[in-house]
Amino acid sequence: MNKRNVVLAFLALAALLVAPHFLKSYGLYLLTYWLVFILATMGLNLTVGYAGQKSLGHAAFFGIGAYTVAIMMKAGLSFWLGLPAAALLCFLVGLALGFPALRVQTIYLAFATLGFNTAAWLVMRNEEWLTGGTFGINNIARPSLFGMSLDGSLAYYHFTLGMTIIFAALLWGLLRSPWGKAFTALRDNPIRAESLGVDIRGYTLLSFAIGAAYAGIAGALFASLVQFIDPAPFTVGSSIMMYLMVVVGGPGYFLGPVLGAAVGVVLPEWLRFAQAWYLFVFGTAVVLLMIWLPDGLLSIPDRLRARREAREASAARSAAAARHGGNA
Amino acid sequence: MTDFLQLFFSGMATGSIYALAALGFTLLWQASGTINFAQGEFVMLPAFAMVGLIAAGAPLPLAFVLTVVLAIGVLGWAFKRGVVDPLFRHGMMPIVVATIGLSIALSNGVRAGYSAEAHPFAGMFPDRIFNIAGVTITLADCGTLAFALLLVLATQSFLARTVTGRAMQAVAQNTESATVLGINVPRMIFYTFAINAALACAAALLVTPVYLAKFDMGVSLGTKAFFAAVIGGFNNSRGALLGGVIVGVGENLAAAYVSPQYKDAVALALFMVVILFKPQGLLGRKEERKV
Amino acid sequence: MKKALIALVMAALMTAPAIAQQTIKIANIVELSGPGTTSGTNFKDGMLLAVKEINAAGGILGRKIETTTNDTQSNPGVAKGLTQKAIDQDVFAIFGPVFSGSIMVSMAESRRAEIPNFTGGEAAAITQQGNPYVFRTSFTQATAMPKIARYITDQAKHKTLALIYVNNDFGKGGREMLMKALEKSPTKIVADISTDSGQIDFSAAVLKAKGASPDAIFVYTNEEESARVLRELRKQGWTKPVIGETVLTSQKVIELAGEAANGAIAHVGLTVDAPLPAIRAFRAKFEREYKYISDHNGMKGYSGVYALKAAIEKVGKLDRKAVAVAMKTLKVKAADQPGILMDVEFDKNGDLDRDSFLTEVKGGKQEVIATLPPLSKK
Repeated sequence: MNKRNVVLAFLALAALLVAPHFLKSYGLYLLTYWLVFILATMGLNLTVGYAGQKSLGHAAFFGIGAYTVAIMMKAGLSFWLGLPAAALLCFLVGLALGFPALRVQTIYLAFATLGFNTAAWLVMRNEEWLTGGTFGINNIARPSLFGMSLDGSLAYYHFTLGMTIIFAALLWGLLRSPWGKAFTALRDNPIRAESLGVDIRGYTLLSFAIGAAYAGIAGALFASLVQFIDPAPFTVGSSIMMYLMVVVGGPGYFLGPVLGAAVGVVLPEWLRFAQAWYLFVFGTAVVLLMIWLPDGLLSIPDRLRARREAREASAARSAAAARHGGNA
Repeated sequence: MTDFLQLFFSGMATGSIYALAALGFTLLWQASGTINFAQGEFVMLPAFAMVGLIAAGAPLPLAFVLTVVLAIGVLGWAFKRGVVDPLFRHGMMPIVVATIGLSIALSNGVRAGYSAEAHPFAGMFPDRIFNIAGVTITLADCGTLAFALLLVLATQSFLARTVTGRAMQAVAQNTESATVLGINVPRMIFYTFAINAALACAAALLVTPVYLAKFDMGVSLGTKAFFAAVIGGFNNSRGALLGGVIVGVGENLAAAYVSPQYKDAVALALFMVVILFKPQGLLGRKEERKV
Repeated sequence: MKKALIALVMAALMTAPAIAQQTIKIANIVELSGPGTTSGTNFKDGMLLAVKEINAAGGILGRKIETTTNDTQSNPGVAKGLTQKAIDQDVFAIFGPVFSGSIMVSMAESRRAEIPNFTGGEAAAITQQGNPYVFRTSFTQATAMPKIARYITDQAKHKTLALIYVNNDFGKGGREMLMKALEKSPTKIVADISTDSGQIDFSAAVLKAKGASPDAIFVYTNEEESARVLRELRKQGWTKPVIGETVLTSQKVIELAGEAANGAIAHVGLTVDAPLPAIRAFRAKFEREYKYISDHNGMKGYSGVYALKAAIEKVGKLDRKAVAVAMKTLKVKAADQPGILMDVEFDKNGDLDRDSFLTEVKGGKQEVIATLPPLSKK
């Protein structure tokens, strides 16, 4: 991380800590919502952006996490028991879902995960004894931390912010480790990675499992944030939205999900001035954004750098040509 | 047995419509690597075009022809030039996301600009009921099935028998060698988009009497067509019909004999089995891995 | 980049206009996209029509009403956020959401802020939680289902009934209430068939219902699905009664199902076809304004605003708490306040009671065949 990035990170953190004081409860709610989706899409970014596995079933893990915490809390268990349980359960299911990834690739993998999401949604909707079916689960409590209640929206915001930073830091560490290198090797050229001794099977499974665990944690935070869950936010459509967030933000960029989740969560709210047309504007904006920046928003710096280098190179060339011309 | 036949036939009629949309899915994928998540909206839009034209006084056949022309321009040419061409070389992800954005924009544009209500749509077949050996069949079901079958078979024989169709298939299989053979690749790809647009109009003509013209009609249609396309084989167009019929009949039989709540699970299970064990689809041939 | 984005978000959030005390602010939080679009759009249009009329006539207590409309995307999480937004803007009352799942979540927020919240939701649970700030604009399923059950058992004397319902909170909630109402009656439910929202092919559902050979089939699904069920019933030659609640005989279903709707019978809490002058007038005004015919949700939104108006006028000042208290015992007569559409009584839970209708589709038109008195009158 170079000096400029460190400064930027501190500025961002300061903004995130100061912002709530200028926001009313709705703004705070939206900001917390955004953080939850950052956490969820960071997991998806690992699977899709770093390891290059196409996954269209992320919302299923998000849902499994949310339901795990909600059901456990309704059974009288603590949130602090539910959260690791949600993460662990998602990790295991993610591991299991990774197996098809070993058999099939690219679009077929995307289809398989999409099918998994549909199946998970059917269970959430139909098994009323467990999930409350379409009635959902209401009045999910917010946890307390060291005797401090996180019931208020500001407290819960700080809690979510803390969780997001902790897990982002963990992911950062993971990606800097040899594991992270192995993930990108898997994405860029699996055949070469294998010949270099990367355990393709293991890393494919891990990329799914870790990504799923992040979704599970985010789901747990989501359940406590909204305090109500039903199957609707965990459909294939939601998975597709999460995929959209990752791709729009910039897959394979560490901070891509931060921008991507802002596009998916905050942009539609901000576009509400367009009244009935706001989702039309949103959809059109996504199309135009993709055409303009197919590699996502965070490819802008790379693109600027590439342009500058191209300019410098051509300047150097013409300078050299001028020199030669002078000599001639 | 009568019950079974009733369900079977009804499912066939529904499934043949899925097949029309599924066929478009596979054509676009083969020709240009586009997974069109707005395929359902590509059927919704012509449906509304026809509703509008009919409301303006045009008879159904004229409305249909005008809609096809319009669709080839907008959903064929403009979609290809505006969205697919600039993103083609960037791989699958940007195109997928762009078509997701497109589907959001199209359905919500129609909702905000036209109506959030469902509009009835008179089909081209009269609403007459027959009774054959205890099985009730409407003329509309028969007509839909026949018309959809005809279209799917016509498209396939066009691809297999005509020079243009073969050239299109050559492009789908290997763009580079097609270029070497002197085939005008961009034009062939455009033809594929045009055929997809025309098929979407035909699907709209057939489904709207049942689905009703509504801004969100594309969601469930798109999903079902997608399942049908994968089951039939995503990288060939032979299986689309089989896939559509399997999905249509499967959900009916499952609702009646397994559990109405899990009626989608049958198609889903088959979908998963196909992906994991026969990804080229039930009627597909195995494809060599491209490196 | 991120900071700029946050600044942008904050700017967007803080542009909420300063509250002018001259107006009464009402937030409309409804389903304008997603599965609830049709209901939400009707509710919103009805509500806005009432506001327009009231403003044209000089407002409430001389003050004009100012509305904001926001789309929940049929998503409870978004509905909760939007309710907070309305609270931030210090609105006087909130209308919506219509979906029961959404109001169950969002009403916790409006309760905390002590803002009267009018909903179109029909699930019984909404008013069973002792929330003093939530009010209905229609019957709950706990009121409507006993009325139609009474018809099925006592009047039509059906011994067996097949039930086709839609698998969402609306359909399931209604199913539970109907089963409860029929529990001790001689009418038995012989088939219980779940269908999906947005389902196209109902041949299996109808086949199953017919297979149980019931005296009548009860259909409890949303508009488009009801139309498809009716068509399939006709196709498969079902000639015995088809019964429903509110949706089945609605204008929209008749328009979509055509001939197949003839003969369907339903209990309707609110219908634009009721033979009452206030409702006739409403229907005409609504159609002129929006170019389509309102369903019961449009009437809910419309009459809800007039209920609020009556409560404010009763209190005589703009005091949310006092208005909420007044709502609990509010009685409004259509003769005094035509916009209320029908004489209505609210109870201490926020539920309402009034006349309702038994309707039948005859010759492509909904006809009222009986007016049923409020439950409390029996």
